[in-house]
Amino acid sequence: MAISAPRQRVDRLGLLLTVAGAAALIGLPFVVFKSNRIVPGEPRALYEVLPFWAAIGFQAVLLGAAAVALGVADARRRLAAAVAGIVVLGLAVAAAANALTPPGNKVVRIAPGGAAWVLLVCLGLMATDAITRMRPRPIVRVLLLALTLGIAGAAIAHGTFDNLSVLREYAVNAGRFPSELRRHVWLAGGSLIAALIVGLPLGVLCHRVPRLRPPVLGTLNVIQTIPAIALFGILMAPLGALAARVPAAAALGIRGIGAAPAVVALFLYSLLPIVADTVVGLQRVSRAAVEAALGMGMTPSQVLSRIELPLALPVILTGIRVVLVQNIGMVTIAALIGGGGLGTFVFQGIGQNAIDLVLLGAIPIVTLAFSASVLLDALIEALDRSASASAGARL
Amino acid sequence: MIRIERLSKQYDATTVVDDVSFEVEHNSITVIVGTSGSGKSTLLRMINRLVEPTSGRVLLDGADTRSEPAHLLRRRIGYVIQGNGLFPHRTVAENVATVPRLLGWPEERIRGRVTELLEIFQLDPALYAGALPHQLSGGQQQRVGVARALAAEPAVLLMDEPFGALDPIIRAKAQEDLLDIQRRFGTTVVLVTHDMDEAFHLGQRIAVMSQGRLLQYDRPAALLTDPADSFVARMTGLSDRALKLLSLTSAGEAALPGSSDGPRVASSASLRDVLSELLWRRADSAIVLGEDGAARGQLTIAAILARAHP
Repeated sequence: MAISAPRQRVDRLGLLLTVAGAAALIGLPFVVFKSNRIVPGEPRALYEVLPFWAAIGFQAVLLGAAAVALGVADARRRLAAAVAGIVVLGLAVAAAANALTPPGNKVVRIAPGGAAWVLLVCLGLMATDAITRMRPRPIVRVLLLALTLGIAGAAIAHGTFDNLSVLREYAVNAGRFPSELRRHVWLAGGSLIAALIVGLPLGVLCHRVPRLRPPVLGTLNVIQTIPAIALFGILMAPLGALAARVPAAAALGIRGIGAAPAVVALFLYSLLPIVADTVVGLQRVSRAAVEAALGMGMTPSQVLSRIELPLALPVILTGIRVVLVQNIGMVTIAALIGGGGLGTFVFQGIGQNAIDLVLLGAIPIVTLAFSASVLLDALIEALDRSASASAGARL
Repeated sequence: MIRIERLSKQYDATTVVDDVSFEVEHNSITVIVGTSGSGKSTLLRMINRLVEPTSGRVLLDGADTRSEPAHLLRRRIGYVIQGNGLFPHRTVAENVATVPRLLGWPEERIRGRVTELLEIFQLDPALYAGALPHQLSGGQQQRVGVARALAAEPAVLLMDEPFGALDPIIRAKAQEDLLDIQRRFGTTVVLVTHDMDEAFHLGQRIAVMSQGRLLQYDRPAALLTDPADSFVARMTGLSDRALKLLSLTSAGEAALPGSSDGPRVASSASLRDVLSELLWRRADSAIVLGEDGAARGQLTIAAILARAHP
C-alpha cells in the first residue's frame, strides 16, 4: 500500500455486528427442534440441517455481508449486502424447517435458534443504519417500508415459512388471528381518536387560558404515572357500577372488564402527550402572524384553523406519533382483563409455556408499532421539509 | 375622516391612554410619535379595535366603529405591524390575498389584484408569487406586508412601527415607497413610530404622546416653532431645530423671482439640502429648477436663513 493512500478505516458498527454474528453462528444453535410444542427444544447446528453446499453458500453470503460491513462506506452497497444477507437467512431457516419436518407431520415444531435471531438483528441493524446514512426523503422511507412488508407478506402467503413453528401456531389460530389483529388496531386507534377529540380542544383551551395549564397538565401527568394494570383495576369498579345502574351503558358494551376499561385507560394515557404537544405547538406560532391575522379581520376561529393549527401541526403530530406507538404496545396488556387484541396470544402463550404462540402475538405488535412510527415520522418530516427545504433555495 | 373622541384605556389601575381626542385628516399621513410606554400603540390598536377602549369612541367617516362587529371593521382597515407578521406557511400570493379571500372576492379579481400589487411593490409576480416568506429578504418581506394590508383597497391604513426592523438604507427606501403609495391611492395613513426623524419625514400631521396623554397635535413646523411644552421641544430636538425647520420646506415653495449663476437645485429639494449644497460650493445663491427642467426662480443663503427661525 502506498504511504500516501488514505488509511482504510474499519467501520466500528460493522466490526461489532460481525463479531456478534460470527460468535452467534459458532456458539448458538441455528434452529431448535421440538417433537411437539410443549417439550424443551433440541439445538441443531447449521451443518446438521442444511446440505453441505447450501450451508457453504449461505456462509459465503454472510461473509460477503460482513466484508461490506467492515470495509465499504457506500451506504447503498451496505444496504444491498444487508438485504441479501436477510433474504438468504430467511431462505436458510425455511429450508432447515422443511428438511427437519417429516412429510405430513403437523406436530413437530422447528423454530429459529439463537444464531438465526442474532444474525437477523445484526443484518437488520446494518440495513437500518445504511438507510439512515442515505438520508432518504420521507416518501422513499415509506416506500421502503411498504416494499419490506410486501415481500415478507408475499413470502408468508406463498408458504415459504409454513413449516416454521410460529406459522404452525398461526395455522392453529388462523380463525382468531384476523379478528384479534383488527381488535388490536381498533383499540389502539380508537383510543387515539377519542384522545384527539378531547385532547385537541383541551390543548387549545389551555393555550388560550394560561391559568388552566398547570392544573390540567399536572392532572394528566399524575395519570401518566399510574401503572397500566393499576389503572385497569381503578376503572373496573366505576365502569362495573355504571353498567349495573345504566342499562344503556351495558347495552353499549361497557363493563368492569373487557374492552371498555382498556379503551378508557389508553385514552387517559394518550391525553398528556396530545394536550402538551398541542400547547407547545401553539406557543411556537409567531405572535406577529397571529396579531396580523386578527388585525386583518380574521375571526378567532379563523385564526385558529387557518394560522395557528397549521403552524402547530408538526408538533401535534409528534404527540400523535408518541401516542400511537405507545398505544399499540399497551393494548397488549388489555388482553389480561379480557379486552382482546394480539395480547391474547402473548398471554395464552405465556400460560401454556408455548413461546411460539407468544411470538405470534409479539411479532405483529412490533411490526405495527414500527410501521406506525415510520409512517408518522415521514409525515412530520414531509410537513417540516416543505418549509425548510425551500429555505436552501433562496431567491 | 377618523375622529378620536376622549379615548381612554385602563388596565386595572394603570391608565395607558388618557382622554385623547384628535381628528385625522382625509388623504394624509398622520404620525403618532412617543417614547416607549407612551400609549401610542394602544391608541392605534383602539382605532381597529384590537384593543377595546375603556371610554370614548372612534368615528370612521362619521360612524361609530362599534356599530359593526370588530372583524368586519378590520377588513376595511389595512394593518401593518413591525416584523411584518407574514404567514410563514403561505405563499406571497396567498398572504397578499388574505383580506380579499375573507371578503369573498371572485378568484379572478383576487388574482388580478395580487399581480397588480406585486408589480407596484417591485416584486416580479413570476418569481415571487409562489415563494414562501422566509425565502425573501427583510425589505421584500416588509413590502409584502404593506401590499397585503392594501389588498382590499382600504381607505385607511394603520401602521405600527412598520419600518422598525429594517436597516437604514432599506428603511429609507420603504419610507419613499410609502409616500409614493399614499399619493397614488390617496389612502389615509396613521403611523406609529418612536423615531422623530421618521415622523418629520413622513407626517403631514404629528401627534406627540407621553404617558398616555396627547401633548400636541400639529403640523411638523408648528411642533418646532411653537412647542406645547418642554417635553415636546426636547422630543423634537433642540440642538438641530433650525435645520429641521429648513428640512420641512422645499426649494420650490421658497423660491424667489430672479436669476443666479450659482448651482442648480431641484424644486423638490429641501431648504436644508440647498443650504448644504451652497456651503459646499461656496456659492451665495442657487437656481431652482422645476420638474420640467425650466428655471423657477432663485434662492440666496440670506433668504434661506430667514426661514430658519420662528
